[in-house]
Amino acid sequence: MAKLTIDDLKKIKEKVHKEMSLRDGDRRVKVTVHMGTCGIASGAREVMDTLLQEIEAAGANDVVVTTSGCMGLCSREPLVTVEILNQEPIKYEYMNPNKMRQVFKRHILAGEIQTPFVLARGAEVIR
Amino acid sequence: MLELAAHILDIAENSVRAGATTVEIIINEDATSDLLSIEINDDGSGMTKEEIKKAGDPFYTTKKVRRVGLGIPLLTNAAQMAGGNLTLKSAKGKGTKLKATFQLGHLDRQPMGNITTTIISLIAGNSDVDFIYKHRHNDRRFTLDTREIRKEIDDVPINHPEVIKYIRGVIEEGLGKIKPAA
Repeated sequence: MAKLTIDDLKKIKEKVHKEMSLRDGDRRVKVTVHMGTCGIASGAREVMDTLLQEIEAAGANDVVVTTSGCMGLCSREPLVTVEILNQEPIKYEYMNPNKMRQVFKRHILAGEIQTPFVLARGAEVIR
Repeated sequence: MLELAAHILDIAENSVRAGATTVEIIINEDATSDLLSIEINDDGSGMTKEEIKKAGDPFYTTKKVRRVGLGIPLLTNAAQMAGGNLTLKSAKGKGTKLKATFQLGHLDRQPMGNITTTIISLIAGNSDVDFIYKHRHNDRRFTLDTREIRKEIDDVPINHPEVIKYIRGVIEEGLGKIKPAA
């Protein structure tokens, strides 16, 4: 691989600026990967990495990923919450890279909730 | 927790929850002294003397949702299994410094695992926090500082897919040069 330099960052900046001017209404989806000790121990990092790579590959610049702490449901980790703008948040349980890919393609991109993996609907109470 | 990189992610997430704006992760591998050390320093809310003592207790946590707090006890155990130990330095309002040491060649030392995904997860998941990642392997060094990246990209968010891809490339290239052995 060629050496990455500061110039590459400048190119990225210009490219992103061009795309931004073409489109408004950024941040359509927010995905939260729960990263407590329990989540990390059961594979949340691999789930997060899969999600980031899928976003890169699909060029889905309107999807924002964030992490949160443990919410007390350690036995059902890794947990992932998908919030599509103006829709109820959906929490997925027992996630793994394959399920994450499916949720990304079907739910985040196509809008179909993947019911077999769903733990609950609704907002998170505890941060 | 079977990889040191997973422990690092866990402890650094603690720093983020403690309101840190900058988190420094320093990994030193020194073959001549057979030493591996991992330091995680933050400028978060810090802990009182009492809290530092309790942090090593698996039945102490600041969370209300469960009754156990295993992050630090697990790392302490991993260090002790490999002939090392864990020290915590902190003061209220002054941030926290954690250091875990290991015998590099100890049979029971956990492997480092995938440090790239750890750093990427931290940066992408906490876009308002700056991360400094320093990795030394004998006399070879690699440093990644998100403050420098932020300077170049102006208003482009650091968690933009293109930027994350760039950072992933930088880390892989850097680690390829220093050839970590842990």
